[in-house]
Amino acid sequence: MFAYVVKRLLSGIVVLFLVSLSVFLLFWFGPSSPAQPICDRDTSNRCGDRIEIYEENLGYNNPWYSEYGKFMQGVVVGRDIQFGGQRVYECRAPCLGYSYRTKAPVFEEMKTRMPATISVAVGGAALYLILGIPIGVAAARRRGTAADKALVSSFLVLSSIPYYLFALMMWLFLTVSWEIPLFAETGYFPFSENPAKWFSGMLLAWVALGIFGCTTYTRYARGSMVETLGEDYIRTAKAKGLPQRTVVYKHALRSALVPVVTIFGIEFGTLLAGTIFTELIFDIEGIGLWALGAITGKDLPVVAATVLFGAVMLIISNIVVDVIYSVLDPRVRLS
Amino acid sequence: MSDSSTDPDAHINRAGGPGSSEDPFLVVEDLTVAFPTEDGLVTAVSDLSYQVELGKTLGIVGESGSGKSVSSMAVLGLHDAKSSRISGSIRVGGTEVIGLSENKMRKLRGNRVAMIFQDALAALHPFYKVGDQLAEAYLVHHQDASKRDARRKAIEMLDRVGIPQPDRRVDDFAHQFSGGMRQRAMIAMGLINDPSLLVADEPTTALDVTVQAQILDLLQDLQREFNSAVIIITHDLGVIAEMADDVLVMYAGRAVEYGTTKELLTHPEMPYTWGLLSSVADVTSDTSARLIPIPGNPPSLLRPPTGCAFHPRCAHMSKVPGDLCSTELPPLAPGERGGDHLKRCHLPNPDAIYQTEVLPEIAPDLVGEDSHR
Repeated sequence: MFAYVVKRLLSGIVVLFLVSLSVFLLFWFGPSSPAQPICDRDTSNRCGDRIEIYEENLGYNNPWYSEYGKFMQGVVVGRDIQFGGQRVYECRAPCLGYSYRTKAPVFEEMKTRMPATISVAVGGAALYLILGIPIGVAAARRRGTAADKALVSSFLVLSSIPYYLFALMMWLFLTVSWEIPLFAETGYFPFSENPAKWFSGMLLAWVALGIFGCTTYTRYARGSMVETLGEDYIRTAKAKGLPQRTVVYKHALRSALVPVVTIFGIEFGTLLAGTIFTELIFDIEGIGLWALGAITGKDLPVVAATVLFGAVMLIISNIVVDVIYSVLDPRVRLS
Repeated sequence: MSDSSTDPDAHINRAGGPGSSEDPFLVVEDLTVAFPTEDGLVTAVSDLSYQVELGKTLGIVGESGSGKSVSSMAVLGLHDAKSSRISGSIRVGGTEVIGLSENKMRKLRGNRVAMIFQDALAALHPFYKVGDQLAEAYLVHHQDASKRDARRKAIEMLDRVGIPQPDRRVDDFAHQFSGGMRQRAMIAMGLINDPSLLVADEPTTALDVTVQAQILDLLQDLQREFNSAVIIITHDLGVIAEMADDVLVMYAGRAVEYGTTKELLTHPEMPYTWGLLSSVADVTSDTSARLIPIPGNPPSLLRPPTGCAFHPRCAHMSKVPGDLCSTELPPLAPGERGGDHLKRCHLPNPDAIYQTEVLPEIAPDLVGEDSHR
């Protein structure tokens, strides 16, 4: 198991290398010069004359591989960022450059924003699993009944609403119109400073994500459970004289969870990469909002950093899913 | 059926319950199992009656969909009460099973009545160790036993069914076993609580021939040792010939022929049974013997044929006067040779037709010496 995880981490590093190269090349060979956004910020409004100077200073006139080499060097051992030939900033590893907009080290800013996004994602995901799986299992056990049909169709309607609309309505009603005290102040407050405030600030985002996400997981869990309950080994378990709850929760649920875990692995990685709508609507300063701002503000180092962050989260959650797999299904050997 | 009431071993201590020393261990009477579907009521089993005594084996034969498995699953109460309608009577060791509460039924299942299934790879849980699955079957009916006892019992049973190194294999998963070993483990699980009735649903179907023979031998040995009643469901008359004391032939959810194995295999009186016999390959017989398939397909249980359900496929209908076959369901009545042989057919003097017309087709070398068969 340990060797497997190490192997997966190494192959994850290869993936990250390829992702970073792709992003770098996209910016380098893209339709507009990477120097353009900096040039556009030139307050003297004389960008037209100065674009070449900016390009020279950024190193755009050097071969791309030498510049990519410098970037990688920064990530691995850190580097000094030179701007116009003078030593300007010392950037320690892992150096992801400096933000065009804030002139702050990208990695430092990422560190301050990560806890918010991780709080949103972990809390939301926990809630939608806690809601989705038991509801799905209960529906599967009653499949075909009126209660099952009502649940399935109402969840289908709910999940047909666009998420941003759903989250916005939650906020409008619960926070703005009804002024429920528990949801009064949304946003991220560091857990270490005030856990209660952290909790209440996150709560509405979790509830929105949890309710919306659980509709999907209810359907997955229900479908998977219905299929598992028809398996021969479930009939065997019944024929042994096991109580119904043992048949359902010990024999069926474990198998039924396998496909749910697969989907969760993919979705959770995406969720960790940033929940733009959630962060925007509930005013949480996380990675998603940061990425959004970077894209609209053409802040290329930050865009690159958020893409890499997303890739890291996907890789990690895939490794975690594979480990969970091997725990659930002994036929999956991690080697 | 009959001839075993004199068997001295038949009623040793496991029959239990009042009256059971007189009655056979399993008595099924007028069992009907129907499933309501969106297209209408599917009657999978109609008015089925049979009985099995301790120490005896009943073989149930028929094509897929003839109601073999459905009727046996009813014995274990495995049909979902909401999606099935069951009527008639099933008495297991004197206890009426139909209408029994789920809780009481559960205590019977896997305990006094056990079932083993075909395709043990699918029937064993892929995620739990084989030994743990056996131990679980033991523990659920022995609440005061410890996990250690259950594990010991599991190893003992694996050993008993001939799995080598049972103390090691107990920790293997089903996919690490060979096909034959999986079926052995399945049998071990079925017998772990020393059941009085074992229902084996096509126990050798997924296995290759040499392993089939081993499994059948094992089942026979164990039956002798445990003196249990056994129902073996199969479509293989070879299995029946080797294993069963009595045979029940089912077609479209009904019993169409019922008798002792010897009688039924030498003097079958129902054209469907003839069809089954004709489609058995026999390596010892002359190569001029032909394998004759039964034409057509099993009937729809949603809209079964009128009269005798077999009539659309029957080659001997012309020998029955009028259109009796297509209009009137023949009763399950004693056959020509009397005794306990029952058949559901309008055909007059069927034994003569079988011996003169059917047998020469399927086994020319046996004509005239059928008693040796």
